[in-house]
Amino acid sequence: MTRIVNIGMNHETAPVELRECLAKEPGTPDVALAGMRELACIKEGLFLSTCNRVEALFTTEDPREAKTAVISLMSRLGGISGEAFSSHIFVNEDIDAVRHIFRVASSLDSMVVGEPQILGQIKEAYARATREKTSGVILNRLMHRAFHVAKRVRSETGISDAAVSVSYAAVELAKKIFYDLSGKTVLLIGAGEMAELAARHLLNQGIGSLRVANRSFRRAVEVAQHFDASPVYFDEIGAQLLEADIVISSTGSPEFVISYPLVKGSLRKRRNRPLFIIDIAVPRDVEPRVNDLGNVYVYDIDDLKGVIQINMTQRQQEALKAGRIVEEEVIKFEKWLRTLEVVPTIKSLKEKVEAIRKTELKKSLAGQGDFTFSQTRVIEKLTASIAEKIINDPILFLKEKADRPSKNTYLDIARKLFNLDSTNEQEGR
Amino acid sequence: MASLLFRAALFLTLVATGGFIVYIVAQNKTVYKWSYRILAAGFVFHTLFFIQRYYALGVAPVLTLKAAFSFFAWAIIGAYLVLHLKFRLMVLGSFVSPLAAFLMIISSTLPTVETSIKPIFRSAWLAVHVGTIFVGNGIFAMTFVAAIMYLIQEYQIKKKKFGTFYARLPSLETLDSVNRYSLMYGFPFLTVGMITGAIYAQCALGSYWRWDPKEVWSLVTWLFYAALLHERLAVGWRGRRAAILAIAAFLVLIFTFVGASLWLSDYHSFKHLGTQTGL
Repeated sequence: MTRIVNIGMNHETAPVELRECLAKEPGTPDVALAGMRELACIKEGLFLSTCNRVEALFTTEDPREAKTAVISLMSRLGGISGEAFSSHIFVNEDIDAVRHIFRVASSLDSMVVGEPQILGQIKEAYARATREKTSGVILNRLMHRAFHVAKRVRSETGISDAAVSVSYAAVELAKKIFYDLSGKTVLLIGAGEMAELAARHLLNQGIGSLRVANRSFRRAVEVAQHFDASPVYFDEIGAQLLEADIVISSTGSPEFVISYPLVKGSLRKRRNRPLFIIDIAVPRDVEPRVNDLGNVYVYDIDDLKGVIQINMTQRQQEALKAGRIVEEEVIKFEKWLRTLEVVPTIKSLKEKVEAIRKTELKKSLAGQGDFTFSQTRVIEKLTASIAEKIINDPILFLKEKADRPSKNTYLDIARKLFNLDSTNEQEGR
Repeated sequence: MASLLFRAALFLTLVATGGFIVYIVAQNKTVYKWSYRILAAGFVFHTLFFIQRYYALGVAPVLTLKAAFSFFAWAIIGAYLVLHLKFRLMVLGSFVSPLAAFLMIISSTLPTVETSIKPIFRSAWLAVHVGTIFVGNGIFAMTFVAAIMYLIQEYQIKKKKFGTFYARLPSLETLDSVNRYSLMYGFPFLTVGMITGAIYAQCALGSYWRWDPKEVWSLVTWLFYAALLHERLAVGWRGRRAAILAIAAFLVLIFTFVGASLWLSDYHSFKHLGTQTGL
């Protein structure tokens, strides 16, 4: 019997040092996939590697052997000892593996739940598997269902609607003020992980230009180089305020870097263009009174955290809804998976033929009242033996293939040829 | 025939309004698409209604308050449909459609008054005068609605209190540009409407300006909008202050339209249009 197995590690099970061992080489997925193809016990395989997760998904007849083989393959690739590796992985089998892959594709298993990149990464991993011909009947079906689930989750729940990280929340707010960020000028004052992340997010949105100011001009040049931005003097901030649309401030300064009079003085020269100031610093860099000025919006770290808090609660509720969708699809998939065994296929083939025979017989005999009982018996026997003879060879063929590696392909073809899935499949398509 | 067309228009507008309200609550795009189409269909019936009336009366059908309300609603929906082509702002419909529906309901409840069509009404100047004024009013209604939406959204962002409207309303810059854009296009219509009114008065009554209350209030309205336009274009006003002034200007406009017509006016009054004391 074919089993679906999924082995991997994610942000919850493994620390970043371990995850990056497998993610740092860009060619790793190809090598891993090639390695999996070499293993005789693995029939179909897929390898997914992102900055937050490394996962192998495969089908096998012999789960125990395959698991050991894949774990040793992965630990070899990452250069990690097998023991250190085994304590940080998760293993899912059969329906749990299906559920897991559905959850990953719908971004329910992500560090930032609802983040959209993961689906693209999975699609890429699947494309690689089809290119290398390591995916077959089961994985093809499984991955297509996973994409379908992800699509449903995205359109039927609000899971990816709201930002849940400080830097992303800042970008969302910027969009609510400016709508289109292209051509906007951003001034980054100071440095720091969160501020630079926000700048990075804004750059991804296609802002026009980024300027970097720092007390140490040398540091400003360094940070600017990092972003392909232009460095400016710290004392230039007043002049830069005339041009900037978004200011991200994150300095270690004990007093205010952006004061009320400084901003007030610039408003008229700015022709009242909206100014969005993101103050990530603690203690704050921007005088709170600045928010009272017209067309100026100041958000400090607590404000942004407040936004996230609201979004988090909202997401948790949506995640519940998404979980229900995943469960629904898992059940559908399970149903299909069960049909991939020889006995159920033969059974449904027989049932289908018998149903056709009965309906046709009923149709023909109705209105022909002058048959005797024995005549009717003969007709029944005749139709039954014709039907049996017709499906005899296909059944023998399937039974013969039951132990072959190509079994799933033939079962799949047989089911399609005789249209055995029409009743329980239509809703799934 | 005419009342049938109007009733069809009213019915479709009400259905569309219901749809737009469902849309803003449930955020369902299909509901929105159909509401928009139904509103457009209602607009077509409304247009046919005016054409039919024009041929039946032989003059522009704007002589009674009933007709004026109806025409105002028509202009608002028309302005919205055109504006939609540029901005594709789905949520705007949820604000505009109820306003238009409200005016149409008022129009439908007012009694039908048979006015005697005096010869001086049979002038192209009347149609141009009233037509341009109302197109301007319709566009200014967009300025007004966008200003209200702006104030709601601005309040939420400024005070950091994110209510249900936050996600449903567009960005501040979008709303501000709807406001500016509709102001820029509405103003020429109002101006042309007032000039043609003066020309019409000269032709029909022999004087350009008679210090009639409606004329005076129209001038006040025009000055409000002129000031707003000037502040926006020359001084660089935008955002909250521009939105507040836009709302004030529209309230003056409404007062001019309803108040001055009903209680203050002399010959512009709908009360007098059909009687001896009027034109």
